[in-house]
Amino acid sequence: MRYAMAIDTKKCVGCSDCVVACQIENHVPTGFCRDWVIEATSGTYPDLSMEFRSERCNHCSNAPCVRCCPTEASHIVEGGIVLVDADQCIGCGACIESCPYDARYIHPEGHVDKCTFCIHRVEKGQNPACVDVCPTTCMYFGDTDDPNSDISKLLKKRKWKTLIPEAGTDPNIYYLI
Amino acid sequence: MERRDFIKIGSFGLGAVAFSNPIFNYLSNSVVLDGVTQGGGKRIPTYCEVCFWKCAAWTHLNEKGEIWKLTGNDDDPHCNGRLCPRGTGGVGMYYDDDRLKTPLIRHTVNGKQEFQEATWDEAFNFIAKKMKKISDQYGPECIALFSHGSGGKHFGRMLKAFGSTNITAPSYAQCRGPREVGFFATYGEGIGSPERVDIRDTECLVLIGSHIGENMHNGQVQEMSEAIDKGATIITVDPRFSTAASKSKFWLPIKPSTDMALLLSWIHVIINEEWYDKKFVEKYTFGFDELKEHVKSFTPEWAYGITTIKPNIIRKTAKEMANASPSVIIHPGRHVTWYGDDTQRLRAVAILNALLGSWGRRGGFYNPEKKKIAKLDIPKYPTPSKTWRDAFPGKYKLAGLALASGICDATIPAGDRDCSFKAWIVNGTNLISTLPNQANTIKAIQNLDLMVVIDTMPMEITGYADVVLPECTYLERYDNLRVSGHREPTIALRAPAAEPKYDSKPAWWMAKELAQRLDLSDYFPFEKEEDELDWQLKQMGLSLEEMKKIGLKKYAREYDDLYPLENLEDYEFNTNTGKIELYSTAMEDEGYDPLPKYTQHEEPPEGFYRLIYGRAPMHTFSRTANNPNLTDLMDENKVWVNPKVAKEWDLNNNQEIWLENQDGIVTSFPIKVRVTERIRWDSVYMIHGFGHTDKRLTRAYGRGASDAEMITKVHIDPEMGGTGMRGNFVTFLTEAPSKGKS
Repeated sequence: MRYAMAIDTKKCVGCSDCVVACQIENHVPTGFCRDWVIEATSGTYPDLSMEFRSERCNHCSNAPCVRCCPTEASHIVEGGIVLVDADQCIGCGACIESCPYDARYIHPEGHVDKCTFCIHRVEKGQNPACVDVCPTTCMYFGDTDDPNSDISKLLKKRKWKTLIPEAGTDPNIYYLI
Repeated sequence: MERRDFIKIGSFGLGAVAFSNPIFNYLSNSVVLDGVTQGGGKRIPTYCEVCFWKCAAWTHLNEKGEIWKLTGNDDDPHCNGRLCPRGTGGVGMYYDDDRLKTPLIRHTVNGKQEFQEATWDEAFNFIAKKMKKISDQYGPECIALFSHGSGGKHFGRMLKAFGSTNITAPSYAQCRGPREVGFFATYGEGIGSPERVDIRDTECLVLIGSHIGENMHNGQVQEMSEAIDKGATIITVDPRFSTAASKSKFWLPIKPSTDMALLLSWIHVIINEEWYDKKFVEKYTFGFDELKEHVKSFTPEWAYGITTIKPNIIRKTAKEMANASPSVIIHPGRHVTWYGDDTQRLRAVAILNALLGSWGRRGGFYNPEKKKIAKLDIPKYPTPSKTWRDAFPGKYKLAGLALASGICDATIPAGDRDCSFKAWIVNGTNLISTLPNQANTIKAIQNLDLMVVIDTMPMEITGYADVVLPECTYLERYDNLRVSGHREPTIALRAPAAEPKYDSKPAWWMAKELAQRLDLSDYFPFEKEEDELDWQLKQMGLSLEEMKKIGLKKYAREYDDLYPLENLEDYEFNTNTGKIELYSTAMEDEGYDPLPKYTQHEEPPEGFYRLIYGRAPMHTFSRTANNPNLTDLMDENKVWVNPKVAKEWDLNNNQEIWLENQDGIVTSFPIKVRVTERIRWDSVYMIHGFGHTDKRLTRAYGRGASDAEMITKVHIDPEMGGTGMRGNFVTFLTEAPSKGKS
């Protein structure tokens, strides 16, 4: 099983609902976030194009944060979800340095925090909060090891990209383009 | 000293009552327990109050029984189970510790005006006494209600019972009014809210200055996304590369203020090329020949010189629309008060839709159905002897609703008017930010004998009030049922998920208490709001208890006429001719142009740029600017400047500058520059609702600048009194303005 997320940039309007839903769902303290929205514009007026991307931890299959963690607080659980054990984390920040996606931050309580794919919801058969709230339904969550899952079918049908593939982290967040 | 000094900070005088000791123990039977003990879910139904879309939602409680989060109600066509960021962040309204906490009354102590805390009893007695005095002296009609939100219904009932029908919302003359009038003149029906646009099934969506996705009108954003999925063509006309423009097959970067020329040219092409829906036009419309003659000279070449949109693009986009016809929507927009000829521009939009046969057709405009709710058994309202219209003889004859700006203007005494407005009751609308020309609004306020402001937050308008009443948030109260027209009719319940924080109260209770003191108790026959709701629901075979479980009730349509003209069915329109009036006889009868004309609008002077303002998806006007969850997403606005302009002025990203408009008004606060290709070189853009001047709004105070402050020139729509606000121009000040200048 390999949990992954596909985000349709053709539909995303960059509203940040995914951000606020995550913050409230996961009690993320004000001023911090586990996911965020990037607006990327290119061209010169009036020949322009723009892409919105809801970004977060890529739950990499080859996760540098897990490899560099001195206390094994950063770890991978079933389905490939990368988690941080807050009790084991000493807040050294090595994982923050190693992450090419800048997906981690130091929680005011001293440990590192990041997206969990809402594992507490996924375990109950629900989607992550960001996926369920998205007004444009531009986010899809599922198992890419299952060829019949919606996300696998979408990735077969649509063009997609991942972020910073050259980092060799084998990320699991896909952007439909 | 002015009669009404703006009371800026919360250095209240000695309070008469402590927060913890409210005189009225409202909600003595704890409503919270209801939700908590309900099987498993621990969720209480509500509908959102962060904007006017009013999505049905659930308030979820945590293990301690405290409000945790909000999610959409799956059955609601407004949201389909998904709230927008503002709805999701609605919990911040409840948890905002800058909320108004207790009634306040203005007092003058040693020559200095200040607010003193008051009991509810004191506040109500003060208001009732003043209202009676004004009524005796000038008539009850001299009291007006401004509202934007659910509480307005309750104060409206109280005021109508008192004898005034001067009830207004800025959502009309400052927003969608011209659209309603333009469509009504054409089809005999308005657009309404949520808009009756069938975006879900459309093949071609045309947006003119309507930035869906940045205006987060939930169901509509969802349907646009669905249309993108289905491969619909989107055509966006906007001087700014909006979010919607980035999703479009065609973006027409029009020169601002020239939209009418483009519309007329599209009409010209569609008629000349015979791309219109001939059967539809023949069967349903009136005045086609006059229209054809009228648009004869409006060629794409003519429009090119005005709009800067190339003739081949005008033809190509017209062809796209015609190919999709009748499954095409020239979107009527929502905030359409731009240049003063807005009713006419919306007439052109309505005409274009008629030519393409999209009205009453799938993928065009559907026919919404609404559920009827039992009327309360209350006495008939008295008939007022005068209304706001009497202040404007012979003007704004097509205005369907009261004008907020009109009532404001009619508050400033004039020699030729026998009576001006003497009291304002303001609920849930920050008029300082909402109405154009702040100096005019403040001048009107200085002429009032009474101003009562009911709000959840210490918005600027509260600083001018005689009495401030702290309203509890929508998560802490019942309200009227939400009854909305849609493809299928629905009703939705709002029930409290917590007791009101501090000494805040629901609007219904305030209106009832005031009515009692005005000897109008008969108009509020129920002791509690939930009794009133239960009675209403029982008339429909439901009950409050049942609605608390489902939150929303969806009904099947009573009439099978979602697309009444799909197969060219016989139909009589509610117009003089019974037809869709391409040529408007109603306009002609009132002395207005029966066919829309192009008017050239003023251009920015040298060194100035047209001020365009709009919305961000995570904010609702100025209402959310202090919401802790939503300010976390966006806590200030920036002024968008094209790189060419930035170079000329030597402006850099995030540099703080001040804006000065054509009338010499300078923003109260600096605003950061955003250098971006997304805006034309002749315009600047900013998000509305920032630059708050009230220090009691600790997160919003001084963050960004207020576009409303810059809107001092207003172009009034002659047909309906809308306030065109896009004719203001600003320049940049890179040094802090000296204190004396403003």
